[in-house]
Amino acid sequence: MEFTRRQFLKLSGAVAATLAVVELGFDDKGARAKTREFKIAELKPTPTICPYCAVGCGILVYSKGDDVVYTEGDPDHPINEGSLCSKGTTVRQVYTSEKRITKPMYRAPGSDKWKEVDWDFALEKVAKNIKETRDRTFIHKEKGLTVNRTDSIAYLGGAALDNEECHLLQKLFRAGLGLTYIEHQARI
Amino acid sequence: MTNHWNDLKHADVLMIIGANPAENHPISFKWILKALEKGGKLISVDPRFTRTSQMANVYGQLRSGTDIAFIGGMINYILENELFHKEYVAAYTNASYIVEDTYSFNDGMFSGYDIGKRSYDKTKWAFKKDKEGKTLKDPTLKDPKCVFQLMKKHFSRYDIDTVIGVTGTAKETYLDICKTYASTGEVGKAGTILYAMGGTQHTVGTQNIRSYAILQLLLGNIGISGGGVNALRGESNVQGSTDFGLLYDNVPGYMQVPTTAETDFTYQGFLDRITPKEGYWVNKPKFYTSMMKSFYGDNATKGNEFGYHYLPKLAAGKNYSFMRLFDAMHRKELEGLLLFGSNPAVGGPNAGKEIESLSNLKWMVAVDLFETETSSFWQKEAGADPASIQTEVIFLPASGSFEKEGSVTNSGRWMQYRWQAIKPKGESKADLEIVHMLARRLKEMYKNSSNPADMPMKALTWDYGESDHPDIDLVCREINGYDMKTKQQVKKFGDLKDDGSTCSGNWIYCGFYPENENLSKRRDNTDEGMSNFLNWSYAWPANRRILYNRASADLNGKAWSKTRVGIEWNATEGKWKGNDVPDFVVDKGPNDPTFIDPFIMMAGGKGALFASINEGPLPEHYEPYENPMSNSFSSVQLNPAVQFGEEEMNAQGDVSKFPIVATTYRLSEHWQSGAMTRSQEWLAELVPHMFVEISEELAKEKGINNKDKIIVSSARGEINAYAMVTKRFKPYKLKDKTVHHIGMPWHFGYKGIVTGGSANRLTPHIGDANSTIPEYKAFLCDVRRAK
Repeated sequence: MEFTRRQFLKLSGAVAATLAVVELGFDDKGARAKTREFKIAELKPTPTICPYCAVGCGILVYSKGDDVVYTEGDPDHPINEGSLCSKGTTVRQVYTSEKRITKPMYRAPGSDKWKEVDWDFALEKVAKNIKETRDRTFIHKEKGLTVNRTDSIAYLGGAALDNEECHLLQKLFRAGLGLTYIEHQARI
Repeated sequence: MTNHWNDLKHADVLMIIGANPAENHPISFKWILKALEKGGKLISVDPRFTRTSQMANVYGQLRSGTDIAFIGGMINYILENELFHKEYVAAYTNASYIVEDTYSFNDGMFSGYDIGKRSYDKTKWAFKKDKEGKTLKDPTLKDPKCVFQLMKKHFSRYDIDTVIGVTGTAKETYLDICKTYASTGEVGKAGTILYAMGGTQHTVGTQNIRSYAILQLLLGNIGISGGGVNALRGESNVQGSTDFGLLYDNVPGYMQVPTTAETDFTYQGFLDRITPKEGYWVNKPKFYTSMMKSFYGDNATKGNEFGYHYLPKLAAGKNYSFMRLFDAMHRKELEGLLLFGSNPAVGGPNAGKEIESLSNLKWMVAVDLFETETSSFWQKEAGADPASIQTEVIFLPASGSFEKEGSVTNSGRWMQYRWQAIKPKGESKADLEIVHMLARRLKEMYKNSSNPADMPMKALTWDYGESDHPDIDLVCREINGYDMKTKQQVKKFGDLKDDGSTCSGNWIYCGFYPENENLSKRRDNTDEGMSNFLNWSYAWPANRRILYNRASADLNGKAWSKTRVGIEWNATEGKWKGNDVPDFVVDKGPNDPTFIDPFIMMAGGKGALFASINEGPLPEHYEPYENPMSNSFSSVQLNPAVQFGEEEMNAQGDVSKFPIVATTYRLSEHWQSGAMTRSQEWLAELVPHMFVEISEELAKEKGINNKDKIIVSSARGEINAYAMVTKRFKPYKLKDKTVHHIGMPWHFGYKGIVTGGSANRLTPHIGDANSTIPEYKAFLCDVRRAK
């Protein structure tokens, strides 16, 4: 991965100069001064593309551990040249929002609540449901012609996913499982 | 987009119709403003005076659902005043083609209509051929049966007074728009059209866009820098997900899905049906076979028709599109629903009925970042009785866009890579990992089956690593394609074979990963000419940035404009060169009779002024499903090729009960169904309430004040909202009456930090005659103050 980090370099230069002054004899305050260092000074930006509209603006993400420290418009991106709209600017909150679901959940028939479950349980349920419905409703032949389809399971979505994901989803659900009801946001 | 975002700055005139990029694609305005700084003119056509309109030189008020009348009038103005680009039209379009005598048009109907099927026999509109099968032409464009003359006659009915009586546009404004935009027909000038869902979401959506394309061909605006027909796509990868065939009737790369029709009984028969005899699509068998090799690998052999019968065959004639899917759910024909980042309870038409249908499912799987209205449709909060809903729901937490890696394709077809910046939040997983883990489980379950029905799952290759975490590089290599024997990457789609020796998951992307570099990762932002940024990421097809760029040069191969060079014929070197990758055979020179055929995907290589789609070869105005007036152009009210779905899903409102025209739109601060943006603090605070914009005149009539709580009702349901009394809507003065028009955002629902009424509880469950996109953008309603 190669990209210019001019802003990053500019900022770290400024920080170094400030620290040099601070270090002239303020020993015990040195540690505190250091905590006031730019939060991103030692972080490397990772380039990404905005997840919202299809202008495709570049964004730089600065993360540390399990925290997104800062995001900004990518100054090297030819379309947005560093600027972002209200949604692109607040993209950090897609990660930090307390509303994010972080564990698989299960709602039993007739129940009025979710129950947190583990991935193994959730994926096993999904796979079994798909297989059970598919096998029972599958039409292998119709008037002598091999048709290999099920009209009883539907798939929706894709416009917010990556190309590689779309490729595998299409491959599994159409070419593997024989779904016919495959649709996504482009239709609506 | 035929062009791309940076290219907008090269336009002399930009017409934005049915789109509001200042709010919905804000950064695009950087390039629109650059065009204006250089003296360019901006026209905004919209039912509402938007923030885009505010920046425009001229704003045309247009009643929702009347684009064809509006553009038809412009086409007529251009033809009557001979303002079209004469050389371009004569040489690069099908204007000179002679149409069969069986073509006719009378009182809103073309010839060949079958009233029972609500469809046309399109052979009645075919081009006339000579004995050798060659299309007859009249280069002088004078033959009364040639496309040019038929088109001229058709649009002559779109005179200015009739048009503005339908659209409600002020006459001087309309004339100003006609004149300003027609100025781009001058040789060397460029005009661009930008549209979004305001153009497509109508029962005549496809013909709306066709009308833009006709206008652009007449003015010589296709293929050139600063021109084009540009769809402003609304989701970060809606281009890619469409390219990758996540639609019932498309496999990747815009190819057809087999059906039970007799032609499709064998692979060869199917290929014969879907492969045209002329144009670049003659290569379709190479792309199709390579795609099946990417599905089934060595299990796709010549002996089994390359795995053709593993693919599901659609019931011939059956429509499986979004609304028909919900019709089937309503009829209890569907047992399971898988949602990958999809929230139809807010985003679907007549959402109230679609939500009701969800209870008919046996199971649902929702893969998302946030709890959506759809995944929680069974909750009390949704107004449901949980005990009575027997649907089993599994929610799988997905990780966000920078918590994983992969590429997305923007509106300008740039395939851009996103690197992983942080590990997935909590236990969430990338969709790639989820589908991979699911596929591995299912493969395991079918492993020992000897049932012939399970052969497709057994034959399906899934070689992306043996752990739960797939190797994305292997997925990328498969999408591009490689030689089955040597495993060397295929360099370009021209190298794909129909004999099973190559694979490629998606032919239009073939070339993004030649040899050992994934070109979507490129970050060289040098502008080497005409702001095409050829070394930044990768644009499909073949890294071309402006489609049909052969048309940027004249009949001799010289650029129409020296300041706007796309590609030019270099006689010394014997090849096409310039600022873009040629969308043409690179060494095809003037001695070749097809040197002047720029539209390489079309049979005949000419731009289609006349093109047979479901409701006719030329756009004709019909009123929306719900409308305030009778059609001024004919006695036919609704698009005669529109198909109806389940009656119970689609109540129709009448103007006597619902006298107000309504439309929906989006805001900068929220996105689509709001699942992502209404779940974040800052965006939620910026726009916390559902509101409806109504004119001062309507507010006065109804006794509504700004910020009052109001109820909006349609034949499908009603919602609560706050009134925003505004000057942005004005009453429409139509032919024989004045009507009110309102508009509202559709981002709200009952989940998230901020909640509000869902506009789609009001919208009709009917769609376009070709694409079946719902008619969200024009319907009837009424408003009243909430007590």
